[in-house]
Amino acid sequence: MMNITEKILAKGAGKKNVHPGEIIDTNVDMVMVHDLTGPLAVEAFKKIGTPKVWDNKKVVAILDHQVPAESVKAAELHKTMRQFAKDQNITFYDVGRGGICHQVMPEKGHVIPGNVIVGADSHTCTYGAFGAFATGIGSTEAAAVFATGKIWFKVPPTIKINVNGNFSKYVTAKDLILSIIGKLRVDGAIYKAVEFTGPTIQNMSIAGRMTVCNMAVEMGAKNGIIAPDETTHKFLSSRAKKLPDFNTLQSDKDAKYERNIEFDVSKMPSQVACPSSVDNVKPVSEIGTVPIEQAFIGSCTNGRLEDLQIAAQVLKDRKVKDGVRALIIPASQEVYRQAMQEGLLEIFTDAGAIVCGSACGPCLGGHIGLLAAGETCVSSSNRNFIGRMGSTQANVYLASPATVAASAVTGKITDPATLEAKP
Amino acid sequence: MMNSKIKAKAIVFSNNIDTDVILPGKYLILVDPKELGKHALESLDTEFVAKAKGGIILVGGKNFGCGSSREQAPIALKYSGVKCVIAESFARIFFRNSINIGLPVIECKGISEAVKTGDEIAVDFETGKIENNINSKKFQVEKLPPFIMQILTDGGLIENLRRKMKK
Repeated sequence: MMNITEKILAKGAGKKNVHPGEIIDTNVDMVMVHDLTGPLAVEAFKKIGTPKVWDNKKVVAILDHQVPAESVKAAELHKTMRQFAKDQNITFYDVGRGGICHQVMPEKGHVIPGNVIVGADSHTCTYGAFGAFATGIGSTEAAAVFATGKIWFKVPPTIKINVNGNFSKYVTAKDLILSIIGKLRVDGAIYKAVEFTGPTIQNMSIAGRMTVCNMAVEMGAKNGIIAPDETTHKFLSSRAKKLPDFNTLQSDKDAKYERNIEFDVSKMPSQVACPSSVDNVKPVSEIGTVPIEQAFIGSCTNGRLEDLQIAAQVLKDRKVKDGVRALIIPASQEVYRQAMQEGLLEIFTDAGAIVCGSACGPCLGGHIGLLAAGETCVSSSNRNFIGRMGSTQANVYLASPATVAASAVTGKITDPATLEAKP
Repeated sequence: MMNSKIKAKAIVFSNNIDTDVILPGKYLILVDPKELGKHALESLDTEFVAKAKGGIILVGGKNFGCGSSREQAPIALKYSGVKCVIAESFARIFFRNSINIGLPVIECKGISEAVKTGDEIAVDFETGKIENNINSKKFQVEKLPPFIMQILTDGGLIENLRRKMKK
């Protein structure tokens, strides 16, 4: 009687059973680093003194944060990663070849249900959307994994969140996860696994599931996870080499949970996380008038095709309000290409939005689209901490792509359901 | 190498101190730890680095170090003069990162109520005893597991791994 997280960790550790609280050593199936965490990992790996990574087929490096390099310092970091990838013969996604790491990993078939995946980025928990155990680590630990292929974990207790109901128009997976974080708070799942179940999750697209699992870390979770099913199979079958039997990756009926929480989305309105904490969540209709200077649609949370589709639906035949700059960043080259083929980029351009190359963009305040003091941005990304997107005097509100697009049109944070009919 | 007994003045912060305020994203392109150390916590207190210089104990509330996995955050703290971090609870990646780079961190329920900035705090990682030398409040906390103590004693995960591999 184990849940899916426990089953994966038990298998990884070569044990029959594991229990919450137990410290295990598990094999790692895949490790990922990017341009801001990779260089430190490379330096640490060199200090260990092992000449080669334990398995070059299980190490992936992706440039996505400072892309394309905005400074000589970033260019040097990229150069370090290129050289390491070449020396170690690991899988490497250079500028223009991949996109945001958490989108590229599943797209390119590096995420397999049932695998133990670690990444030197906190949003590595995104891959739980595919029924993998995936969690963020730091650079030094990534270096240790490069050398040994192993890592220790304390088996987490699991919170089960069961979701029912159908979303209203323009209400999405992002609104659900914001609402969940608002209820559980930013430390509500600290050290814990969060398993998402129920009809709403089963009916949810891969993109929506990725959004939900992506933000599990915003309530402190070790991992978020959704049992793999037909939807998972459909997405991965043409991408991954070999898929396991999904029947082995379902939680047992008598599996133990620390808490069971029920959510119903049927009456849920669009949500927004107000500055400067991800759990400061309210319905958009309750925040009053909040004028914005910037609207950002993108990031590992909400830069996927369906996010761009819903934004385009809102922005078609409308204009971004004077005084507002709208940034749209497709999460990967694949998403960019699809958005181009579907004519979405044309809709964005006609509306007066700027479409940037696939990368993390302004989400973490390291590269493009930063905010000046006193400015406000409504963003489809994942964090609204002080100084996250530039000035410590700027405000960031987190919302769904539909809400961000509607806000870009009106110049203030707006529930897309309340937008006036198109001219 | 870590000294298991640490004594220093405390600087106290509130709940949910995230890694973006500990070290903003714009500094992640810096590679020199000393340079990182110059910007620790500047978003919350522009004087922090000057105050931490001689060596301090950082006291945090709940969920200290939440957010990004950037190891540069604990590195910046370490090189700014933070000798150890005591908090009500830690975000897990920050906790692991700190241990891995040899910055001692320990959980202590009730610490944020019992310490004011400027109080002298003594921590003994071997025994799990924490004491505020100003108001004499004492805590007995759960000790770090032996394998984590070993990583700290070795000076970090890389040194720990090197030692194990030599065997």
